[in-house]
Amino acid sequence: MRVSAQIYISAPPAAVWEVISDPTRQLSYMSGITRWEVAGGEPVGLGARYRMLLRVGSAEVGGLIEVVEFVEPCEIAWTSVTGVDQRGRWRLRETTGARTRVELRLAYGVAGSGLGGWLAEHVAAPTVTGHLRRSVQQLKRLVEAEQVRARAAAKRAPAQRA
Amino acid sequence: MAGTSTAPAHERRNGHHHDPEPDPGSRTNTGGVAGSLITRALRAVSDQAQRRIPRADLDERDPDFIRERLPLMWLIASIWFRGEVRGLANVPDQGPVLLVGNHSGGNLTPDTTVFTLAFNAYFGVERPFYQLAHNLVLAMPAMGSLRKFGTVAASPQNARKALEAGAALLVYPGGDYEVHRPSWKGNEVDFDRRKGFIRLALEQNVPIVPVVSVGGQETALFLSRGDRLARLLALDRMFRLKVLPISLAAPWGLNVGDVLGHIPLPAKITIETLPAIDLRAEFGPSPDLDEVYDHIVHLMQDALDALASERRLPIIG
Repeated sequence: MRVSAQIYISAPPAAVWEVISDPTRQLSYMSGITRWEVAGGEPVGLGARYRMLLRVGSAEVGGLIEVVEFVEPCEIAWTSVTGVDQRGRWRLRETTGARTRVELRLAYGVAGSGLGGWLAEHVAAPTVTGHLRRSVQQLKRLVEAEQVRARAAAKRAPAQRA
Repeated sequence: MAGTSTAPAHERRNGHHHDPEPDPGSRTNTGGVAGSLITRALRAVSDQAQRRIPRADLDERDPDFIRERLPLMWLIASIWFRGEVRGLANVPDQGPVLLVGNHSGGNLTPDTTVFTLAFNAYFGVERPFYQLAHNLVLAMPAMGSLRKFGTVAASPQNARKALEAGAALLVYPGGDYEVHRPSWKGNEVDFDRRKGFIRLALEQNVPIVPVVSVGGQETALFLSRGDRLARLLALDRMFRLKVLPISLAAPWGLNVGDVLGHIPLPAKITIETLPAIDLRAEFGPSPDLDEVYDHIVHLMQDALDALASERRLPIIG
């Protein structure tokens, strides 16, 4: 099952990238995520591994994931090593007016689970899609608030120097 | 998975409990020729059941099988039981641990289904996780797949074996006695003073993590354990069954024994995992079993009271 969510953020891709590539900030904007921790090795970059869990219905599902694409500042993709099969992707694209189009994709399922798996994927889809939508909305609020703070700080700086 | 007591034989003998091993010289209370025939018939059934009980083999747990069944379990747990499991972070991430639960819902035990799903999803199917179940549950023809989920026959030897292998082990000290308690006692933790799980934790030096669940006893109207009837029919001696439960359950209506199971009502199941207890750190190098037992039951009862207080309506939760 593949689900996705998209949003436009009033900030350059680099500002969005700073947030999505930082494993310590995932819990602050990712909806439904109950655990996101570095699982040994490099904390950021290609090959970085995280243990993550997402609450869906009666269970917190997820497992160990590994970053398989890391192209700064536009693309991060990961795939599952253990747990539910999943492949996720952040796509950041600069648009007009110093804005960024942000897309979050997630394909998930359990290979070999048959009809039960097919049913479960479809029953879970609205919940997972909801988590993705809320995540990009929360990311937008977080990044744009940081932009406002940065601009305010930049305005204050010359005044303070004077 | 009803009836997962880890209590040793001498403990089960007190009060209304009897020696779990079939006694060749025993007679039922029915007396005379008819009594003898009934006894022989019961013994024949018992022998058949005993033959069906598989030897404990931890290797029968199949992580791939569990993984492939998780979506179906998720559907049942999420849609039918609206299951909610809290506090799994209280379970140590690694190493052997004894999970001690209160048990509800008759022979089908929805709390075990919901918890097994949650545990496997949270820690991954790679983490060895076993559950103790009554011999008869494992002997049922349709229950063979339980062994692939890591269910093994309840005995101190099997429990020891699982913990020595570094696994997480789920036990229900109240076993069949607790799981068939009347529905109006659904919010009571009742281990029947069985303390085998404490001895096990001390012997293996593993932490105990209490697992408290509510809602299971609303999946049918449980009327009586039928423990007197079980004694009268010598079920304890034959099958290690201390109860012959009587309930009103779908699709049977009046359901005696719950041998064929039942269709559980869609009661909301909520489970809370409490912080781990290191017995020697909390109670000293030689803890008093009664003191530990009272402490754990008290903790679990407090948590169960809190969970019960969140429920507004039976079944709906």
